[in-house]
Amino acid sequence: MSDGASAVRPPAEWTGPPWRLWVRQIGILVRHELRRSLFTRRRFWVFLLAFVPLLLFGVPWVVHSRQPVDAAALENQTQIFAGIMQLYYVRLGLFFACMGVFTWLFRGEMVERTLHYPFLTPVRREVLVIGKFLAGAAIVISVFEISVLGSFFLLYGRFGKLGSAYVFDGPGLGQLGVYLLIIALGALGYGAVFLGLSLVFRNPIVPGALFLGWETITPVLPGWLQMLSVTFYLKHLYPVSVPSNSFLLGLFTVSTGPISSAVAVAGLLGFTVAVLAFSCYRIRRTEITYSVD
Amino acid sequence: MTPAADRVVFENVSKFYGEILGVNRVSFSLEPGITALVGPNGSGKTTLMNLMTGLIRPTHGRVTVRGLSPGDPQEFFRHVGYCTQFDSFPHGVTGYDFIYWPLRLAGFSGAEANRFSEEALDRVGLREAGMRRVAGYSKGMRQRVRLGQAIAHHPSVLVLDEPLNGLDPMARAESLALFQELGSQGLHLIISSHILEEVDRISDRVILISNGFIVAEGRIHEVRREVQDQPMQILVRCSNARGLAAEAFSLGDVVEAKLQKDGGGLLVRTTNAEKFYLLLNRAVTAGLVEIDTVAPADDDVNSLYQYLIGSDGNLT
Repeated sequence: MSDGASAVRPPAEWTGPPWRLWVRQIGILVRHELRRSLFTRRRFWVFLLAFVPLLLFGVPWVVHSRQPVDAAALENQTQIFAGIMQLYYVRLGLFFACMGVFTWLFRGEMVERTLHYPFLTPVRREVLVIGKFLAGAAIVISVFEISVLGSFFLLYGRFGKLGSAYVFDGPGLGQLGVYLLIIALGALGYGAVFLGLSLVFRNPIVPGALFLGWETITPVLPGWLQMLSVTFYLKHLYPVSVPSNSFLLGLFTVSTGPISSAVAVAGLLGFTVAVLAFSCYRIRRTEITYSVD
Repeated sequence: MTPAADRVVFENVSKFYGEILGVNRVSFSLEPGITALVGPNGSGKTTLMNLMTGLIRPTHGRVTVRGLSPGDPQEFFRHVGYCTQFDSFPHGVTGYDFIYWPLRLAGFSGAEANRFSEEALDRVGLREAGMRRVAGYSKGMRQRVRLGQAIAHHPSVLVLDEPLNGLDPMARAESLALFQELGSQGLHLIISSHILEEVDRISDRVILISNGFIVAEGRIHEVRREVQDQPMQILVRCSNARGLAAEAFSLGDVVEAKLQKDGGGLLVRTTNAEKFYLLLNRAVTAGLVEIDTVAPADDDVNSLYQYLIGSDGNLT
């Protein structure tokens, strides 16, 4: 070991406004979290969940490439895509990806006994919550939006000029934009809920399953209870409605009282902020007692 | 600066894990310097350190470090470094990254964080291994990289939980030299260790803890003086040790005087050390003995541990 330089030195003094330091710390946390956890084996199944629909849309592109396409088929495929967005992407893929990613942000560190390291840095715990939350959101949103983009272009690419006209001269691009917004909002909403659950329960699997049940039954509950679910807000944003002529489909796609898109977006963001505020409250009370975790 | 602004203060602090006692009604006020935190396994040493750094919150009472509350980590951890006993690391991290990222979070620029990281790696002797993954480190290297992270931002209070664990004798000696250097620069160093002989060499003060209670706290020789039911041991290297022993027994307070094997010294156990030192002065003045050295033989952490806690870790 070396004698090194003098040990006593004034510690780094932050002279700017505190919010600027928090923004900087959040940026560093997000970069650090992405760097260490985006492309790891642990994330494999997130990619798997996200990219399964690519296969679904990619296979017909190859198998039926020589079949004639018409406007009716395109309309039909648009409905199918809307159904997959609602049923698979949002209700299953995004839900379980968020469950895995966001519950692991803090709970994983408790399991690995490394949570004390961020707790021993000069960072407010609320800033840790926001930084880790945004890192998780960046992972889930980027992976799922790449998948949605890929699925969308695989779907309409098969229709050649007809598909191109639908996307670029018709409602296609607008729908795509809304789908990407839904993925982002869904990730924020589900992410906030799973982050919060992970700070309350040692094993978030059971509350996660209960939350899935809650998301499924809320459409038949009174209006104020519906507002406590992510699905409630997302439903009002879907640009293409899905016919709900089967019981299962009806359960997952049942319509709720109409609200405007702006209210739905603001409502979901408000819901996310409220759940994150709860997480901030919880993290301030969190103690490092690995032996009981 | 108010007195508390330079001290580590525990005010009537208790911590219960459910119904299990962690520490009970702990009060002390530590000034800068090296403090050894000593006690048997499960006595509450780590609980005390975790309370000091906010990893756990007291059930009752208040903790401040240099006037700062652990509840305000943004300010608190600019001044405090904690090398925990948890031998776990973030997945896939290198020694360098392990030190660099917390510095970035502390508000240091990339260049400063890089400089401080390299300096810290250098100080703990890991410059060569810095770019390797911590998962491939030996236990001693992992211990040292944790120490490196704790000192990298130049804290004024350094809390070290068993920092000598897993170190080879050379690394242990180097660590002790580093602690001594930091202590001499006016830092607070609070060190828990079961290697009593070694922390004893560098400590100014001791906190003895057993079963969650503080048994004794203060400067080592002052604590020793207060342990009146155990006679003080004083080692005298001198000529005519036999004659000095005879003189010593004339004092009613000397309960034992043991000649050393080479005949050139005497180990005295007395309940009144001041009286014995006066006798020693008189013996020298009268030409009865020539003194080489006089030193307390049990004025150390190890002896205090034995007297107050006992070798079996129970209160005596």
